[in-house]
Amino acid sequence: MKRFLTNIYRLGIKELWSLWRDPTMLVLIIFTFTVSVYTAATSLPDGLNKATIAIVDEDRSPLSQRIITSFYPPFFLEPVMITLQEMDTGMDSGVYTFVLNIPPDFQKDLLAGKGAEIQLNVDATRMSQAFTGSGYIQQIVQLEVSEFLSRYRSEAAPPADLVVRARFNPSLDESWFGGLMQVINQITMVAIILTGAALIREREHGTIEHLLVMPVTPAEIMTAKVWSMGVVVLLAAAVSLYGVVQGILGVPVEGSIALFFAGAALHLFATTAMGIFMATLARSMPQFGLLIVLVMLPLQMLSGATTPRESMPVLVQDIMQLAPTTHFVQLGQAILYRGAGFDVVWPQFLFLTLIGTALFAFSLRRFRTAIMTMA
Amino acid sequence: MTRVASLAQVSLQYGQTRALDSISLEIPAGCMVGLIGPDGVGKSSLLALLAGARRLQQGQVEVLGGDMASRSHRRVVCPDIAYMPQGLGKNLYASLSVEENLQFFARLFGHDSAERRRRIDHLTQRTGLFPFLDRPAGKLSGGMKQKLGLCCALIHDPDLLILDEPTTGVDPLARAQFWDLIRDIRRSRPAMSVVVATAYMDEAQGFDWLVVMDDGQVLDTGTPAELLAKNNSHSLEEAFIAMLPDDKKTGYAPVIIPPFPDDAQDIAIEAENLTMRFGDFTAVDHVSFRIRRGEIFGFLGSNGCGKSTTMKMLTGLLPATEGQAWLFGNPVDPHDIATRQRVGYMSQSFSLYGELTVEQNLILHARLFHVPESEVHQRVDEMIRRFELDSVRSQLPESLPMGIRQRLSLAVAMVHKPELLILDEPTSGVDPVARDNFWRFLVALSRDDKVTIFISTHFMNEASRCDRMSMMHAGVVLDSDKPENLISKRGTATLEEAFISYLLEASAGAAAAPEQTSADAAEDDEPAGGVPPGRPPLFSLQRLWSYLWRETLELQRDPVRATLAMLGSLILMLVMGYGITMDVNDLPYAVLDHDRSTISQNYALNLSGSPYFIEKPEIKNYVDLDRRMRSGELAVAVEIPPGFGRDLLRGDRAEIGVWVDGAMPSRAETIVGYVGGMHSQWLQQQALARGHGGALSSALDIQTRYRYNPDVRSLVAMVPGVIPLLLLMMPAMLTALAVVREKELGSIINLYVTPVSRVEFLLGKQVLYIGFAMVNFLLMALLAVTLFDVPMTGSFAALTAGALLFSMASTGMGLLVSALTRSQIAAIFFAMIGTMIPAMQFSGLIDPVSSLEGGARIMGEIYPASHMVIISRGVFSKALDMTDLASSFWPLVIAGPLITAVAILLLRKQEV
Repeated sequence: MKRFLTNIYRLGIKELWSLWRDPTMLVLIIFTFTVSVYTAATSLPDGLNKATIAIVDEDRSPLSQRIITSFYPPFFLEPVMITLQEMDTGMDSGVYTFVLNIPPDFQKDLLAGKGAEIQLNVDATRMSQAFTGSGYIQQIVQLEVSEFLSRYRSEAAPPADLVVRARFNPSLDESWFGGLMQVINQITMVAIILTGAALIREREHGTIEHLLVMPVTPAEIMTAKVWSMGVVVLLAAAVSLYGVVQGILGVPVEGSIALFFAGAALHLFATTAMGIFMATLARSMPQFGLLIVLVMLPLQMLSGATTPRESMPVLVQDIMQLAPTTHFVQLGQAILYRGAGFDVVWPQFLFLTLIGTALFAFSLRRFRTAIMTMA
Repeated sequence: MTRVASLAQVSLQYGQTRALDSISLEIPAGCMVGLIGPDGVGKSSLLALLAGARRLQQGQVEVLGGDMASRSHRRVVCPDIAYMPQGLGKNLYASLSVEENLQFFARLFGHDSAERRRRIDHLTQRTGLFPFLDRPAGKLSGGMKQKLGLCCALIHDPDLLILDEPTTGVDPLARAQFWDLIRDIRRSRPAMSVVVATAYMDEAQGFDWLVVMDDGQVLDTGTPAELLAKNNSHSLEEAFIAMLPDDKKTGYAPVIIPPFPDDAQDIAIEAENLTMRFGDFTAVDHVSFRIRRGEIFGFLGSNGCGKSTTMKMLTGLLPATEGQAWLFGNPVDPHDIATRQRVGYMSQSFSLYGELTVEQNLILHARLFHVPESEVHQRVDEMIRRFELDSVRSQLPESLPMGIRQRLSLAVAMVHKPELLILDEPTSGVDPVARDNFWRFLVALSRDDKVTIFISTHFMNEASRCDRMSMMHAGVVLDSDKPENLISKRGTATLEEAFISYLLEASAGAAAAPEQTSADAAEDDEPAGGVPPGRPPLFSLQRLWSYLWRETLELQRDPVRATLAMLGSLILMLVMGYGITMDVNDLPYAVLDHDRSTISQNYALNLSGSPYFIEKPEIKNYVDLDRRMRSGELAVAVEIPPGFGRDLLRGDRAEIGVWVDGAMPSRAETIVGYVGGMHSQWLQQQALARGHGGALSSALDIQTRYRYNPDVRSLVAMVPGVIPLLLLMMPAMLTALAVVREKELGSIINLYVTPVSRVEFLLGKQVLYIGFAMVNFLLMALLAVTLFDVPMTGSFAALTAGALLFSMASTGMGLLVSALTRSQIAAIFFAMIGTMIPAMQFSGLIDPVSSLEGGARIMGEIYPASHMVIISRGVFSKALDMTDLASSFWPLVIAGPLITAVAILLLRKQEV
């Protein structure tokens, strides 16, 4: 046992040296945990952003004028005044996302209490703007109209108010979400790439053969890669979390960071094993690259780190229960945003342990057989 | 004497290293010229310049009466020059068969189908490859690969044949056959000049004229006889060492090997019927031998004859299929850690950690072999002293010359003081002086330290230094004995001749391909029809087709890339279709009802009726609310205050509290919208029920028409956007890989030295991937309308036309990426990042281009993906056709050819 531990310690230190002298990988680590986290956090628009709106004003009254001037940046670009005929082509070619159509005699009918209709056309192929945008427009128009009318008659206030508070992120700031989720995604990606590349590099340089004639076992070689690369990713993630997310972006973290890193360590156990497995499948670095492209996208996109899991088909949700990313994302969101404690996230810890152990055992078996053909 | 080529003041620099140092040379025509010298002295660079494969940096090179710096001259003479680069089968395509390789090259030189057949049959019959026409080039033996390389080079009747180390790593019989073949061909075409580089000094003996090179300079030129006479030597190897500058010779002394006591009977290694099969291929066939303790035992054989496999079985790296081996009397067992302590192993290629310094490498290995911690540093110092590594102690091995690296490998293999050293071709690529130095270390280890040494080599003079040796061929040991005994057994003059005689005997049983007589060859060597005289045409559809055909075959035989090409987009579309949905459904919510009146229950019921919400068990108290929200179990919590129903009935202001999980802000925004809507709907219902509807209903009615996607389904919005994205990424990546692969594997050399133009080379590849892109497009469109149920309302023809134009642009971008990258892995990531990031941010996928400003707006307007997104959405959702979308088609019509043209301009026709 002592021999096992000293061997994996020595081999792990060797991995760290190798990494230290590999500028490409260092740049990759630094970039993914700093610049890319920062841009992911800041590039997401907060809700509606500079939506294009055109208005067909057939009324040309003070009220319609009032409505027109109520749209301005940053939510909307200056409205473009168009005719009814221009509406269809403008929307077909995607120039306008919204077209508001104010009919003739709009103001007159309203004042006469006859009830007036205003038409809002939305390009519903632009999901990101269509939904929130139409809500905003309705509110703005309602507000303008009722303010205009209140000079003439009074409106009754609704009998019950709705007080909505967003917990954990009161102002619904997108950068809180984007930044932390990016850290979580990068942990997965870099762990797979680092361990996989470390194994493929040994194979391409012929050093794996060298290791195998030494008194070390495949289990030691693999464990050494797992712990050393895991430590590197954990450190990089810590720097990113403290330095970039909390420091530069100023995102508050609710829960215990120590608990989060304990979860991350478990997750790394699973993902580094996965990296080894993929490296045994790929015959060369390019094939490994292609495999990464095919594996990483589903792992990240379907894990709940980009869009909510509950809106995916049930089958996809069930399959993704087997992926470590799903549990890690849940755990990360619960701890970092909602300040959950171990009493809340213990099921995720359990899942990660099970998945990690299974992946490690499976990869080790595969590694043992594949290593013979590598040498 | 006429000359075929001349060089004046030619220098070549790669970064810091000077490969050629102001060389001036006249190469005579119509004879066999040899370039001799160890590896890395600039022989290959010189040949690449002669062939026009490498760009000239300084000086002048004239070949076949013209300046090689001039592009038009290169184009004219290129069909007259044949170039076979260094490395076994370097310019061949491993997954293609012999026939396919030859067809490919013949097409490049413009032969028609009948002429190709005639030439291929003729050449393969002459080289004995005819029976193997269907075998993939990668599965040929080293000698056969070189013969195939030669056939490919000769397919167009060149006047100048340039061969770069054609026989390195080939067994002596195949080597002899190879030279016979060249002699034959020269007899039938006496005007042809041959320039050969070689590291085997002995084989240069038979050439007409030699150029001796060292360190980027020419040491001397002349016929072999002249050189021997000048330096007073018996062999060229001796002559070479004599010609070396003095500082390189210091410390040089011939290797002297004290005789090995014949009475030693202690056995270190014993192998009995050791056999290794990979599938139906037998790599090692019942090999038996015994090696005595302290002996130097050699394994002589060509590349791929089973030497390395045998050694790997002895080290336990490979479990033997059959047979048994013993080390020091113990059977070899891959799991036996203890015997590994007694063995040192040095593998064929240099395989130490390039990222660790010399000293770190030694320390690591000492520790892994569990040298006691207190002795580690002392032991490492000892090794550094013994193997004279002190001056490079803290350097990285990668920066060291081959000879020193070899010493380091030996030091590493010795650091735990093993009793047995297994060395697999330790001296390939090392110059003769360093090789002799290395041998002196081996001799000392064997004779002074009684270390048993088991060494493999393909150098005859090294084999002859061993105490005893085995000759190996095709997995079989031909004979084992003392070298001098082997020679006398066969009654030959040299070890090489003895080996050839053994090989002939071995292959006599097997059906040896009949070598055709030279008379036969001469008859066939009439000026061939079909070769267009003079300048090859600037553009040839046949050459383009040749590349297209070859690329298709290669892709067919590479499962990973083929799957990606066929199904990659489809898999990713499934993932993205489900992954980037913006729908928010099935939101778990629960109610904390302090009121418990009919009205409050009615409010809760109203929520549960909504398709967006799923009700969870009621919340008990604030602690419960907090816990369930923290765990993510609840997305929404609704709190109804005490007295809510009473207040409402009385007309007092009542307030309902709602907590939304803000962890995912975009989801939270949608939830807020839903909850607000449900709330006002409920209020209206209540008011109506109580009969004062008019008071609440507003005079204003805003009618919202969700056009193009009336149900506001996320898939309808996303899928038409995802198709252009994938139509961009996958084809770009695959096209980039197709070109960069050739760069990395070396077959790009065929672009440099054959008449194929850059346009033909790139378009040949592009056409294939446009085809794949279109197949993928059709599959994705099918998936969209079936599985994802996205209606296609517009003109499918318009969409297909758009996809075709767009595929040209995206594969063009792949070509552009390939011009800027050298390694495949860089090409993958560069292609992915370079296409996806602008597509995500500027192409209107999320925020429409019209919402962008400044540089981003310009980028969005010119990026082809933006236009494809408009076309795709237009056809899928907006019922548009070609005329409606004309303004988006024009940019695509321009973009594809423009991007491709830039990529063509950036590709080089010569190596820089």
